[in-house]
Amino acid sequence: MPTIATDGIAEDKIRHPTKKLTISEEVAIEMVAVHKWYGEFHVLKDINLTVNAGERIVICGPSGSGKSTLIRCINRLEEHQKGKIVVDGVELTSNLKNVEIIRSEVGIVFQQFNLFPHLTVLENCSLAPIWVRKMRKAEAEEIAMKYLERVRIPEQAAKYPGQLSGGQQQRVAIARSLCMNPRIMLFDEPTSALDPEMIKEVLDVMVELAESGMTMLCVTHEMGFATAVANRVIFMDFGEIIEQNEPHNFFNNPQSERTKLFLSQILHH
Amino acid sequence: MSDTAKTYKIGQHPDLPPPRTEVGVLGWFKHKLFSTPLNIALTLLAAWFLWSVIPPLFEWIVLDSVWTAESRKECWGKMEVPEGGACWAFIKDRLELFIYGFYPAPQRWRVNLSFVLLIMAIVPVLYDKMLARKFGLWYSVAFPFIAGWLLVGGFGLTPVETDQFGGIMLTLIIGVTGISFSLPIGVLLALGRRSKMPVLRIVCVMFIEFIRGVPLIALLFIASTMLNYFLPPGTVFDLLLRVLIMVTLFSSAYIAEVVRGGLQAIPNGQFEAADSLGLTYVKAHLLIILPQALKISIPGIVNTFIGLFKDTTLVLIIGMLDPLGIGRASLADAVWAGLAREVYLFIALFFFICCFSMSRYSLYLERKLHTGH
Ligand SMILES: Nc1ncnc2c1ncn2[C@@H]1O[C@H](COP(=O)(O)OP(=O)(O)OP(=O)(O)O)[C@@H](O)[C@H]1O
Ligand SMILES: [Mg+2]
Repeated sequence: MPTIATDGIAEDKIRHPTKKLTISEEVAIEMVAVHKWYGEFHVLKDINLTVNAGERIVICGPSGSGKSTLIRCINRLEEHQKGKIVVDGVELTSNLKNVEIIRSEVGIVFQQFNLFPHLTVLENCSLAPIWVRKMRKAEAEEIAMKYLERVRIPEQAAKYPGQLSGGQQQRVAIARSLCMNPRIMLFDEPTSALDPEMIKEVLDVMVELAESGMTMLCVTHEMGFATAVANRVIFMDFGEIIEQNEPHNFFNNPQSERTKLFLSQILHH
Repeated sequence: MSDTAKTYKIGQHPDLPPPRTEVGVLGWFKHKLFSTPLNIALTLLAAWFLWSVIPPLFEWIVLDSVWTAESRKECWGKMEVPEGGACWAFIKDRLELFIYGFYPAPQRWRVNLSFVLLIMAIVPVLYDKMLARKFGLWYSVAFPFIAGWLLVGGFGLTPVETDQFGGIMLTLIIGVTGISFSLPIGVLLALGRRSKMPVLRIVCVMFIEFIRGVPLIALLFIASTMLNYFLPPGTVFDLLLRVLIMVTLFSSAYIAEVVRGGLQAIPNGQFEAADSLGLTYVKAHLLIILPQALKISIPGIVNTFIGLFKDTTLVLIIGMLDPLGIGRASLADAVWAGLAREVYLFIALFFFICCFSMSRYSLYLERKLHTGH
């Protein structure tokens, strides 16, 4: 076992890591020589990344290194300017139809939850199945309840997001994404806006999701989570992928100086 | 005293009632009216002011008023002091004129029917708990056209020229048309102004800025005079219709800016969350963005509506007889001349009731839509 912080993750999850799950040969996400600029600012530089279906990848790196941008390019919340991104066999181009197809197959969970404050928890979850998947209301609500049970807050279904704690809101956000039955889930620092006691309840849900075989890309600095569920940890800095490795080796045997420096900073506070 | 002074074991303190002078009527008086010397002074000043204004006004409006008379002379003759009370008999005598303008008397049932239909059209818009609201809303959408046909006539009904429209009926026609058409147009303009398509954006910006930069009176004059130059000669383009279009465009420019403010207050995360679920632009706006943006904009929207409703009196200037126009015309009648106070008070009361109801409804709506904590 690597000697790293495991706070927030149930002990048994650490002792029985889930990474033994089979990963299929099928490619879920392929990024080839992807570049992105914000105006003049070169934020992603030559990103090459292949994610197989069922893989669970943790992305870490210092603030401003482009982690969010990378993950948001995958469902085109941000547009890349060079290179190729293929998600589930569909290439992301300016073709709006493709973008809509990919967005309905890829779920994303944000740091700030971004629940719809004017709708109840149940309506938040059933909205996209009804309006995007054209499901009947009763059926969509049934599915919504199923996922709310899975994230362990079915009793909050009738409340508004403003009446829930941060941890509960984030679990609703996860359930909302799952209701679209996505093939891939993206997480952008899902726990960093939460108080410590709420982090665990969200991570537990994410661990379960990983165990169910979901393809996951997760930007997080929860190293306990990374060791428990990730097949691969990716380290980014200055818009580049500096290093990627299987978690045990990544933490215990980092290759580059920048990775070592970064790990020493996040593990020693 | 004795209760609060008592000491209890830690963890054993019971729930006590608050001191009697701090809550209820007594507490309210103490805190709201007599808390500081300045507050006491202001309270007394306000009380003195109310005392010296309200009783005389009440006497003039209610106690010493006369409700039946054939002329001003008879009216004042009935009072202990001439002019010591209001002569409401005048308003009563002219009430039909105030309501219907010069709409032909045998046809006035059509105005009454339109009014009843209007109430029926408003209900589904205002109350979302109504049964079969969906059908109700379809009816509300159809209402302006039904009412237009009823009032103007044709297709089986005796035609009535729109220059015979007047009074409260005219105010309601302009107000209701302006309100119901300017909201959707304003929302579209606001969205257009935020669009990523430069041509659309520039067109919307120019429209909004032009309309906001020109006084409504000028627009009404344009409507009444200049439009003829732009239309092929011989086309008849009803003056009322032109006024309706101008008033609607005018207030939609204001609504657009109010709604744009609301849209700007919606965090980017809401757009991203809607996009990431695969909602299209139209669905994301209808389901996620606009409900929130409009909710924030309610005070501004209602403010614009109230402004519009009151500005309908400006049609007086291009020769249309709204209640104010009727009032002025009535005062010219030698039999009744000199009763300006009654006329203007009556008109003020009418506008106040309409605008105050709008204002109260918007407060109710804000409370109802409040979901955050
Ligand atoms: N819309 C934008 N316009 C211009 N620059 C941006 C924009 N969004 C992000 N950036 C810049 O791009 C860089 C990468 O941003 P990004 O959000 O991807 O970083 P990050 O790795 O997620 O950082 P953090 O850990 O703080 O979330 C940052 O330097 C940021 O300032
Ligand atoms: Mg980020």
